[in-house]
Amino acid sequence: MKKYLLILLLFLPNLAKASDAIMQDHLQNAKETKAIHPKKMKWEFDGFFGRFDKASIQRGYQVYKEVCSACHSLKLMSYRNLQDIGFSENEVKQIASEYLVQDGPNDDGDMFDRPALPSDKFVGPYANEQSARSANGGAYPPDLSLIVKARHDGANYVYSLLNGYKDAPEGFEMAEGKNYNIYFEGRQISMPSPINDDGQVDYKDGTIATKEQMIMDAVNFLQYASEPETEHRKKMGVRTMVFLGVLLLLLVLAKKAIWKNVK
Amino acid sequence: MTNHENNFDPKTPKEELQAFHQIHNDLDQSITEKNKVVGWINDRLPIITTIENTLKRHPYPKNLSYWWNFGSIAGICLVIQILSGLFLAMHYVPNTKHAFDSVEHIMRDVNYGWLIRYIHAVGASMFFVALYAHMVRSLYYGSYKAPREVLWWVGIIIFLLTMATAFMGYVLPWGQMSFWGATVITNLFSAIPVVGESIVQWLWGGYSVDNPTLNRFFVLHFLMPFLIVGIVLVHLMALHTTGSNNPAGVPMKSKKDSIPFHPYFTIKDMVGFAVFFIIFGYFLFFYPNALGHPDNYIPANPLVTPAHIVPEWYFLPFYAILRAVPDKLGGVLMMFGAIILLFFLPYLDKSKVRSGAYRPLFKKFFYVFVINFVFLGWLGKSPAEGWYIWASRISTMYYYAYFLLILPILPRFEKTLPVPESIDEHYKKTHK
Repeated sequence: MKKYLLILLLFLPNLAKASDAIMQDHLQNAKETKAIHPKKMKWEFDGFFGRFDKASIQRGYQVYKEVCSACHSLKLMSYRNLQDIGFSENEVKQIASEYLVQDGPNDDGDMFDRPALPSDKFVGPYANEQSARSANGGAYPPDLSLIVKARHDGANYVYSLLNGYKDAPEGFEMAEGKNYNIYFEGRQISMPSPINDDGQVDYKDGTIATKEQMIMDAVNFLQYASEPETEHRKKMGVRTMVFLGVLLLLLVLAKKAIWKNVK
Repeated sequence: MTNHENNFDPKTPKEELQAFHQIHNDLDQSITEKNKVVGWINDRLPIITTIENTLKRHPYPKNLSYWWNFGSIAGICLVIQILSGLFLAMHYVPNTKHAFDSVEHIMRDVNYGWLIRYIHAVGASMFFVALYAHMVRSLYYGSYKAPREVLWWVGIIIFLLTMATAFMGYVLPWGQMSFWGATVITNLFSAIPVVGESIVQWLWGGYSVDNPTLNRFFVLHFLMPFLIVGIVLVHLMALHTTGSNNPAGVPMKSKKDSIPFHPYFTIKDMVGFAVFFIIFGYFLFFYPNALGHPDNYIPANPLVTPAHIVPEWYFLPFYAILRAVPDKLGGVLMMFGAIILLFFLPYLDKSKVRSGAYRPLFKKFFYVFVINFVFLGWLGKSPAEGWYIWASRISTMYYYAYFLLILPILPRFEKTLPVPESIDEHYKKTHK
């Protein structure tokens, strides 16, 4: 047994090297179209005691607003939800009022536009799928409300995807208007790299907007948008587990006492 | 002490039933003193007597292990599903235009809606965990053998109804897997010769899975759990007629072998519930979507087929059997056959020894069967290509061979171990 372990230990560094080599080969191989597994990142919201990093989520909202929302809707969120991530009631009213929604009919039977209210859903960039497709060379930018839940390993995937734009290896056959991205199945994605340069967003809270920072913040925001109940759920979970643990202990003791005299 | 206690040794299923009823009647005859009102009601509707019979006079083998917890766990799962489902139905809209959004409305805007929906979604998986454990228990300890054939058959009917209910429930959120899962599974019926196509259109209520399909699935998904409750009562009626099987697999002979349900199994069931709820809570609160497919958070789109259409995990072994057969009709027959086969089990297993614990050869084949079944599930999740297909075929053959060849033939070669003299003896040996 020991011998095998020793052999294994000796081989491990080589294995790592070998897998690196395979990886390099994988990246440079022009025939390879399979997506590679997303990078595992550490997130505040992960784990039993996961919490929202509200500052980051707020910055992420700014990234969404200034970058993503040019093409992507977020139609399951209402402006009032922004209060959950730390905006004040007045700030929310202010944010909502920047958008126009169609309402009506009024007493004359006409539809009219009015500034959005906190109770309105996020206003999307396009009126319908057709206009979205026509503006994006036939591609349809998906709604982002559930994007983290709608992909395997969602948060890591979105993070990796936003970081995954590379020059296509020589000889890779690229379709018109597509971009090379190693984390996307098929490796050809319609979306051009949205977050490229440091300082692309001017953060209101003074945080330095590196590319890495903006992507982390955007993922934190999108994770919130997908599962706004996360924090509440996990808190309740920990309490429930403690309760059930104590209950189990008491029940086991009671069971032993009751069965003691069964011979 | 009654005189038959030491000299009555049930050899046949019929004698086993006689012994069971004798013990039942021997147990404490005294009925609790009732006040006038309760007594008056009880004389006209013996509801108190029924409860007392079940909890106090009904004899249970005292050597039941924790494997006997899964029946009550499955029962509580059914209750949880019905209650959480009831509240979901108050907010859900069974219309292709609104279904997806109404589920998200529950998740985001209804007070504790996320909790109710996750209880229901994770609860479905937990229900199947309990059902499978309950069935594995029966397979190992030979609980399907005489005199419990009808109990076993009713159980299979519950299993079938639960699968149908779960399948229709998964369609309701109207995500991509809902739609495509429904399309694939309902299309199976088109394999039926001549009338197949008409049956599928009749199921759909149109020419594809669409609004009429969703609407009827909702209605049936709401109705069927109540049918299941009814059949569970029949299951219990059969159980209370034959009594429980036990790990030793030998019948109860006397009062000494038995114990009343309350307080002994009430407390033991509670312990089981607590452990089960810890597992339930782990998924519910920390990984509520781990048992589902991410594609179901993409709204249904009849124009875009997902790369891999996979059913929920609890259908995967049967899905693998379906795909293992190159012919569509053949695959459908093999898949449904895999469950129909279970009805014949009491007659396929020819061994006189009931409990697998005393059958050394059976044990080996049984463990392979369980591993093979899990492997089939894994194959059902994998794409149907390359060596997976061959592995599915071999696994499918073993699944069938276990029931059709191994169980009938095994007793001819098998040297079984001596079974315990009595349940009392078995209990004393295992609880020192």
